[in-house]
Amino acid sequence: MGAGRIILSEQKLNLVLDRLTHQLLEHHGDFSDTCIIGIQPRGIPLSDRIVRRLGTLGNLHNLQYGLLDITFHRDDFRTRNEPLKASVTKIDFLVDNKKVILIDDVLYTGRTIQAAISALQHFGRPEKIELLVLIDRRFNRDLPIQSDYAGMAVDALDQAYVKVEWQEDGGGKVRIYPSKEDVK
Amino acid sequence: MTNKQLSTKHLLGIKYITRDDINLIFETTDQFKEVINRPIKKVPSLRDITVANLFFENSTRTRISFELAEKRLSADIVNFSASSSSVSKGETLLDTVNNILSMKVDMIVMRHPAPGAHMFLSRHIDANIINAGDGTHEHPTQALLDAYSIRERLGSVKGKKVVIVGDIKHSRVALSNIYCLNKLGAEVKLCGPPTLIPKHIESLGVTVEYNLRKALEWCDVANVLRIQLERQQTKYFPSLREYSMHYGLSRQVLNTLSKPIVIMHPGPINRGVEITSDLADSEHSIILQQVENGVAVRMAALYLLADKRD
Repeated sequence: MGAGRIILSEQKLNLVLDRLTHQLLEHHGDFSDTCIIGIQPRGIPLSDRIVRRLGTLGNLHNLQYGLLDITFHRDDFRTRNEPLKASVTKIDFLVDNKKVILIDDVLYTGRTIQAAISALQHFGRPEKIELLVLIDRRFNRDLPIQSDYAGMAVDALDQAYVKVEWQEDGGGKVRIYPSKEDVK
Repeated sequence: MTNKQLSTKHLLGIKYITRDDINLIFETTDQFKEVINRPIKKVPSLRDITVANLFFENSTRTRISFELAEKRLSADIVNFSASSSSVSKGETLLDTVNNILSMKVDMIVMRHPAPGAHMFLSRHIDANIINAGDGTHEHPTQALLDAYSIRERLGSVKGKKVVIVGDIKHSRVALSNIYCLNKLGAEVKLCGPPTLIPKHIESLGVTVEYNLRKALEWCDVANVLRIQLERQQTKYFPSLREYSMHYGLSRQVLNTLSKPIVIMHPGPINRGVEITSDLADSEHSIILQQVENGVAVRMAALYLLADKRD
């Protein structure tokens, strides 16, 4: 069992989160027609932190912020090895004519994002959908999907596994493992 | 909760599933309730699944509820009712079902007048089977939606006191409810005329009370059943009027209780017999919430059975 190599330390992660927040502020101003949607389950710790930083760095409170679960929209239902359990979806606003920022931790094959885009259409017709991820694994895509804001680009083999470890106190780090089986 | 799939391939009755199964169905139902309240109430999960709804007995609510659940999961549906089929030409149940399955059907939702018809079928066919009522035996999805509605209204089922009032003898809803509520840790009492309460029913872990007022004073929830005249070959009580006087729920009876109770009814209601019309429409009644929850519970059952791996 190999140990994971840290590719993003806690200190750097905080800098990256600040940068991503500033990029969002640069593009979306006062967020009056923009909403944020975190993808369940692993996108939520990231979207929570981004929303908190938009409050502190941009003085933006009362943002339209929702959680989206894509379990029922996946294209691998019944073909996965492991069944998936659905998480909570909580979007108490319509996304019609809004700019939506989808947030997830790692962009890998692009299939989760495809499912999220199709799920999102059930809540209205957004004017624009953007994607923010902490880790963009650029060379592992199955679908033509790209991120608009990426914390870090990781070029790794298909079997490599990138894990974001969030801490309760708001910190965290990112490790890369040779394969998923190497994760303790 | 760690289990992500059901312990069984079929939903034949509550007797045959575990408490963990019930909780998994409830947690999945929570998410489907959110889905059916979206502007677009549909998810693509079962788009490669064909479901046959086989109704060998009449049904309105259950059938529409299953059909909506299947449609909202994007399944393909074929409907069948005994009155308009070759059953009237003498075909056996197994032949009918095998013929339907050879047309590549993945799941069967069936209502049948014979108790145990689903169990028999499950031994001979490969498709997932959901029991939508078998005679006077079980009606598992109704019990699940009843318990889910109690959980929604009162926060949990555990420790709650539920009285089931009416024609216990002929009611599959009563039997499934007894199993379900017991598994979830509720206390169950049955109330009705002695002729409509089966002998030795206490062996299922319930108590019996023949006085309606006493039973209602004890309970948090009253689940009121219809008198199933169509299943009664002999007279079990002198008249409907007399039944209604002794076992009918009315605002007058409720006003004498020391606390408010929740009133449920699986439908169809015979207004003025087992419950008065104003009470059925009152703030105590969650009858229409039960119907709404029925679609979400059935979506959860269909989804989890389709996801069941060997």
